[in-house]
Amino acid sequence: MTERKPVLEIEHLSVAYDSPRGPVQAVNDVSLAIYEEEIVGLVGESGSGKSTMAYAIMRLLKGVAYVTGGSIKINGKDVYGLSKQELRAFRWAEMAMVFQSAMSALNPVMTVEQQIADTIRSHQKNASSAEIRKRAEELLDLVRIDRKHLKSYPHQLSGGMKQRVVIAIAICLKPSLVIMDEPTTALDVVVQRSILDQIQEIQREVKFAILFISHDFSLVSELASRVAIMYAGRVVELAGSRRLRVAGEHHPYTEGLLRAIPRLTADDVVIEGIPGNPPNLVELPSGCAFHPRCAHATERCAVEEPRLQKTGQAEIACHLFQGREVPQHV
Amino acid sequence: MRYFFNRLGFLLISLWAAVTLNFVLPRLMPGNPAEIMFAKFQGRMLPQELHALELQFGFSNQPWPIQYFQYLGNMITGHFGLSFTYYPVPVATVIATSLPWTIGAVGFATLLSVIVGSFGGILIAWRRGGMLDRTLPIATMFFQAIPYNWSAFMLLFVFGFTLNWFPMYHSYGTNQTPGFNWPFLSSVLRHGVLPVATIFISGVSGWIIGMRNNMINTLGEDYVVFAEAKGVSARRLMFSYAARNALLPQVTGLAIALSSIVGGSILMEQVFSYPGIGFQLNTAVSNEDYPLIQGMFLIIALCVLIANFIVDMVYARLDPRVRTGGASS
Repeated sequence: MTERKPVLEIEHLSVAYDSPRGPVQAVNDVSLAIYEEEIVGLVGESGSGKSTMAYAIMRLLKGVAYVTGGSIKINGKDVYGLSKQELRAFRWAEMAMVFQSAMSALNPVMTVEQQIADTIRSHQKNASSAEIRKRAEELLDLVRIDRKHLKSYPHQLSGGMKQRVVIAIAICLKPSLVIMDEPTTALDVVVQRSILDQIQEIQREVKFAILFISHDFSLVSELASRVAIMYAGRVVELAGSRRLRVAGEHHPYTEGLLRAIPRLTADDVVIEGIPGNPPNLVELPSGCAFHPRCAHATERCAVEEPRLQKTGQAEIACHLFQGREVPQHV
Repeated sequence: MRYFFNRLGFLLISLWAAVTLNFVLPRLMPGNPAEIMFAKFQGRMLPQELHALELQFGFSNQPWPIQYFQYLGNMITGHFGLSFTYYPVPVATVIATSLPWTIGAVGFATLLSVIVGSFGGILIAWRRGGMLDRTLPIATMFFQAIPYNWSAFMLLFVFGFTLNWFPMYHSYGTNQTPGFNWPFLSSVLRHGVLPVATIFISGVSGWIIGMRNNMINTLGEDYVVFAEAKGVSARRLMFSYAARNALLPQVTGLAIALSSIVGGSILMEQVFSYPGIGFQLNTAVSNEDYPLIQGMFLIIALCVLIANFIVDMVYARLDPRVRTGGASS
């Protein structure tokens, strides 16, 4: 895995929002790498900084949000070192994003074809109409939408179809990384399933890396090869998705998430939540942000912030695991 | 196409309703125009003469349904009766000479405020928080807050009376022969400046602020951020993605504004003695000129309906959701 080329390298990224009560640390010292053609999941509850991180990678943060530290590199290029013009050409050609609310990501007054054509023309000034037409048709074939819908307006498409069009636009310039920010949240379970299958299929065919953001733990661990779990703006665990299917030897927060997944095959369905509430990002708890809700918290947890450390096959940021070797048979 | 016929049908039905109301209302009032004229002559008119007048004005003692169909026939052929004020000039002629002035001056001023205001709104929303954004809405709001007849007086006083830059009354110089010749046309333009300016400065603020707010809303929409991310140029992003959608409520506003073009210019035309429909309507009301009032109302209704029909068509061009009747999600 290590000899593969990294597509995305995030190093010590921090993002803050200005608020009347002081700066809100939405992303706090996060480092993450994604390699070619790899699907990495990013899981966390609402407000844990998942989407903020996606916007930061795309350099789309606006208004009161700003990067306070760290660097983001795509294919070795520093995203924040590009000029405005370079950024416009770089974005979408190398990295693309499927938005959380893909339902409203399409311009209501333009046809599907116009919106695909706009994308191509913005990057390839002298693309001919015939070429664009052909490319648009191929893209629709790829996401399995009838070619006749090139002439359709967004309101004439169903939710699932709109989402597919957005995915088609995202992969239109063959980027090496596609960020998918909860791409199926607004869809019902059946459509969700078919879109996920298609994403996997297209990914295998076109070959690009995916950062898949979701709050649906089981969905992500099924799709991704590695999963990063975020809590209060920090990555608390980074592990192979196979490992995440079984409990034991995880960060206490991850254990909590695992316990919250109902098992349909179990006779006695006991779903345990994680006690307490998500943390206040303006005044983060001292030390480990999870310690007020953690059953294993010690005095050290309230004082010292744990670092992400290699623990067996995973990386975990928890004092429980530090300084001891974890048995690998789990 | 179905949409077109739908709107056309609506236009015809509303026209018919307006015409019918115009027929019923005067007949519910006591007396008729001939009797008013008869009374004016204070007994110096013979009953035969009254009867002659009644015939001339098109009144008869026939049953209502027959009168109604005669009336409909008259309306379609443009016979609105005779004006008292300009007796015996037909109402249709009075309207035909005044309507173009109003549509020209007020219509032009309204379109100008919509276009300038919308562009201004797009620009200041795009540079939100900039110099122009902080000054333009407040400056134009100041003029909007002034009653527009008062700003008409001020313009007339400053630029007409004191500085003598523009003529004080009427729509063209009395020494000009109306026709397609340069002296006449330039005279019309010079006479039109102050009336147009009055309506423009009293209306443009609403369009600027409306467009600015629509723009700020659409700029926050996901499709704008998505388009920005996919690399669309700033210019295209501003016009094809943001402004194109922000314009839709403005078009609805235009439909409402157009309805006041013909009827809502009474004060302005009075101040500038501009011989438009508002000026004539005022004359007609003060002279109890029923046929003229009736004819004016009909024409105003007609103009409003046609203007709205045109706006409906424009809206359908701009918004595909209206055209195909689909729901938006």
